[in-house]
This record gives sequence, structure tokens and C-alpha cells, in this order.
Amino acid sequence: MTTLVFLEHHGGELLSGSLGVLAKAASLGEAHAAVLGSGVSGLAEEAGRFGASKVFVVDDPALEAPLPQPRVDALAQIVREHGVDNLLFAQSVLASDIAAALAARLEAGLNWQLTDLVVEGGELVGKQPALGDSVIVDVGWKQAPRLALFRSGAFDPVETGGQATVEAVTVSFEDFSLAAHMLEQLQEESTGPSIEEAEIIVAGGRGLGGPESFTVIEELAAALGGAVAATRAVVDAGWYPYSTQVGQTGKTVSPKLYVACGISGAIQHKVGMQGSGVIIAINKDPNAPIFEFCDLGVVGDLHSVVPKLTELVKTRRAG
Amino acid sequence: MKIAVCVKQVPEGTKRIDPASKRLDRSGEGALNAYDANAVEEALRLKEGSGDGEVVLVSMGPASALDAIRKALAMGADRSVLVSDDAAAGSDLVATSYVLAAALEREGADLILFGQQAADSDGAVLWAAVADRLRRPLISQLADLSIEGGHVHGKRQTEFGYDVIDAPLPAVVAVSDAINEPRYPSLKGIMGAKKKPQDVVGLGELGLDPARAGQAGSRTAVLALGAPAPRGESRTIEDDGAAAGEIVAYLEEKRLL
Repeated sequence: MTTLVFLEHHGGELLSGSLGVLAKAASLGEAHAAVLGSGVSGLAEEAGRFGASKVFVVDDPALEAPLPQPRVDALAQIVREHGVDNLLFAQSVLASDIAAALAARLEAGLNWQLTDLVVEGGELVGKQPALGDSVIVDVGWKQAPRLALFRSGAFDPVETGGQATVEAVTVSFEDFSLAAHMLEQLQEESTGPSIEEAEIIVAGGRGLGGPESFTVIEELAAALGGAVAATRAVVDAGWYPYSTQVGQTGKTVSPKLYVACGISGAIQHKVGMQGSGVIIAINKDPNAPIFEFCDLGVVGDLHSVVPKLTELVKTRRAG
Repeated sequence: MKIAVCVKQVPEGTKRIDPASKRLDRSGEGALNAYDANAVEEALRLKEGSGDGEVVLVSMGPASALDAIRKALAMGADRSVLVSDDAAAGSDLVATSYVLAAALEREGADLILFGQQAADSDGAVLWAAVADRLRRPLISQLADLSIEGGHVHGKRQTEFGYDVIDAPLPAVVAVSDAINEPRYPSLKGIMGAKKKPQDVVGLGELGLDPARAGQAGSRTAVLALGAPAPRGESRTIEDDGAAAGEIVAYLEEKRLL
């Protein structure tokens, strides 16, 4: 079984979510990777170290901007010329558009929001949490190629130290695929890792009381070596940038540790973070729903608990 | 300018999957997918801003989806087209985009708008499949949008910030729910909605092959339903000044420090 993985990159680095999916692909059989961009040839070797036996590289100025449609042309051509059984993606704004357009182009089945992919009775089965993650749906594909999008953090990257054969591919693009242009890229100020990539997340909600209180969240995140996330309520209120929003209309994250500060745990937030390994909640309200699905809950004032916790973590780390 | 807005009826309130058909139970009261209201709102603002044009709703679903469509008509859309056919039930992405693209092709709109996701399936994929079938430029996750000189222009929200994107019309655009605050329909709007043209068409009228729609045309299948793995023991403590220390001890026990 040959599985092709789309490796997304940003700022000259492959995203760990994509590398995690590559590790999953390698566990199923022959794993190939596709690296698409402009000036990206160096990333191909990186893919070999993480389990790809072959890397298709499309290095073309048309792929400079992170836009989906030229990438659809590139992947469709690779699939047609080389044939694959599965084509897997780590879910993102870009990857979702690419995967969906490819499904139409190849008349192929796409399943999304998957947290795992397993072989059952000789067939591939995707695990898809649904309806606020209250049910796990087993989803399948009627034929190859099978397309799938995986939630962030579904798999950890595995460094195999291998070497991949690199194959440069020249793509002829469709006119309509080159019609959209990126005029400008506005990066949001961020310190530390992005929330999809982070193993530890410290998140703040309405209970912080105001935007200035995010300082205590940032300090704890820095002490733990993690990223800062926010709920929709505080992003809507303008306290913190949208790129950090976790939940139904934001991102789905599954870090090893999620520390929720002043977050009630409404279902819209819950669906974005309940896949986290360990959830610690700090909230004044003992009836907050978050206490029903956290591992350790602290009923108390975050303005007192969090700074103390930061100091203790720093001391522990220093010692 | 002619704007087509794709809307979907989703089940109201608590959602369930029918264990027999393994499809979402759509028997109850239907609501307009809340994210689609942002797309309808944006279309109405564009029409009001330019002073002329038409806003057409395009949907696919059972006949009862007209209830949800009327909510969008009440906001101010001019008319609607619902593709409703038993042969289209149970369509996955490939099949849905096949049907919807044909309905949109017939409308020939300058701009096709989508909301940012479907509240029932958590899908955020349909526009890209439709854009590919229509061979039109695509921009998704737009947090603001303007039309000028035959181009659509806006800020696309990504994991890393904002990308400013420009594309020539006709184009397919999916808007983020941060783009606007949808209006509430006025009483006049609600009363007037019933009288607006509401076409219901079958696959045959669109010249579509039933074998490519519905479950027959789908390339994915739902195999089984299961319960999620339960979380382990949960513990809640009251902060008496020592909670921070207990958290550190817990993190050490879990080898997270």
C-alpha cells in the first residue's frame, strides 16, 4: 500500500502536524511525501529523516504563496502519474481546501476531522469524532485513492533517520488555478510555538477579566515552554488574536497538556481541546462545565493560583 | 452583480445519528446553518453597497429545507433554488459538489459565497470542491471582503495571521464568521419571504446522472458508530493557597515537567 502525504511548511520548516501524519503513513506501508513551494528543495531531505522513502518536490514560483489551487494541480498530476492508494493531510486552512478540491478533481472520497486511521478486516477505517465528539464514527472509502484530513496533534512525528529518493516534478498549471494572488502576508505577533504545534498550551477565557491579564497566561506558558491559546469570547472581545482561538470556529488542538484558565468549558470550546492528553482547569465557578471533563480541576482565583504556579514551575525548572 | 449564496439546513437543537441508516437524523425541526447567515449577510451588504444586483440562495436537501431557506429569504435574499431529489440523499463531498456545481453553473453568478463550515458535519470543504468543478478561482476563510474593478479582494485568516488575497470574478469565496454580524429578519422580511420565488428542482432538470449523486455517487461510507474512550479519573480541589503546589505535583506525576 502506497500512501502519499502532503507536507505543509511555513517559514522554511515542515509543520510537525504533517510529519506526524507521515509517521502514520509509514506505519501502514510505503510512505511518500509531497513538498510543494518555491525554493523548497532543502525540505525534501528533512522528509526522508521522518519516514518518507520517496519525496516528490515541485519547486515553482507559482507555489510561492500558500494558496490551494496550484497545489491541487501539482498533487493531481503526481497521483495520476504515480498512482497512490491513500493521500493524507494534516488539517489546516490550506490543506482542507487542497484536499476538498482534489476530491472533486479525482472523484475520490474525502473524510475529515479524523483522529486515527486503522486497518480493520483488511480495510482502512478512519476514526471521526462527531456531534461535539459525543460519538466516534467509523468511516471508510469505497475505492482508492482514499483522501483524509487529520485533526492537529493526531499523531506524533517519528524521526527514523532515513533517506528519501527525491523526484523533481514539473507541473503544468490550470489557468483558473493561477488566477488568485496573494498581495501581502500579515503575520500576527506571536511568541513561542503556534498552538497546533505546541505540546503544552495555556489558555485564557473570560474569567481573566481583561486583556491585560493575558500577561499571567503568557508567563505560565513561557515557564512551561508552551503556547498561549484563547476562547472565542476573548478573541471576539479583541483581547487576543484570532490565530490563537481554540474551539468550533477556531482550531482543534490536542497537546499533551492543556491548562484552561478562567474558561467555563462551553461545548464550542470543548470540541476544540478535549483531545488533549491532560487537562487542568482553574476556575472560580465550581459549577463550570469544564470541571466535568478535566483531569485536575482547581476551584479558585486564577489571579492568585497562576502566578504562584509560574513561580513554582520556574523554580522546578531551574533546579 | 449576481451573487449566489450556498446555504444548508441543519438540525436544530440536540443532534443525533440514526443508528439504522447511520446518517444524521434530519427528522426534527430544521434551522439555517448559522455560519451561512454570515455569507447571506455579506451578499446583502454587497448588493446594498452597489445599489443593484441579485442575491440567489442555492441549496440541496429534503423539501423541508425550504424552512431554513425562508429564513435567509427573510433576511433579504431575492429568490432561492433548492435541489431536492430522493436520489441525492446521503451524498458525500464528491456527490454533493457534483450536484451543487450544476445548480450554480445554471445560475452563472459573478460571485458564489459560502459560510465557513457546516454546523452539523463540521465540514469546511464544500467550496473548494465546487470551485474545482466550476474551474473558478477560490478564496476561503475571508475575514473581510470588497469588490472592485471585477475583482474580489480580502483578508484570509490562516493559522499564522492574515493573507491578503485578490482574485478576478467570477470566483468562489468562503467567508469567516468574523466577517460580519448577520442581521435579524424584520417582520416585513418574514412576511415577504413566502412570496419570493422558491424553485425546487430535481436531478433530471439539471441534466444530472443519478448514479453520480446520493449514496450511489458517494466515495465514502459510514461503517459503524462507537462511543468515545472515557477520560480517566477526574479530581477537583478547592484552592486554599496550596493548589499551585498540587498542580506541580500532579504535573510531575504525569511526567509533564
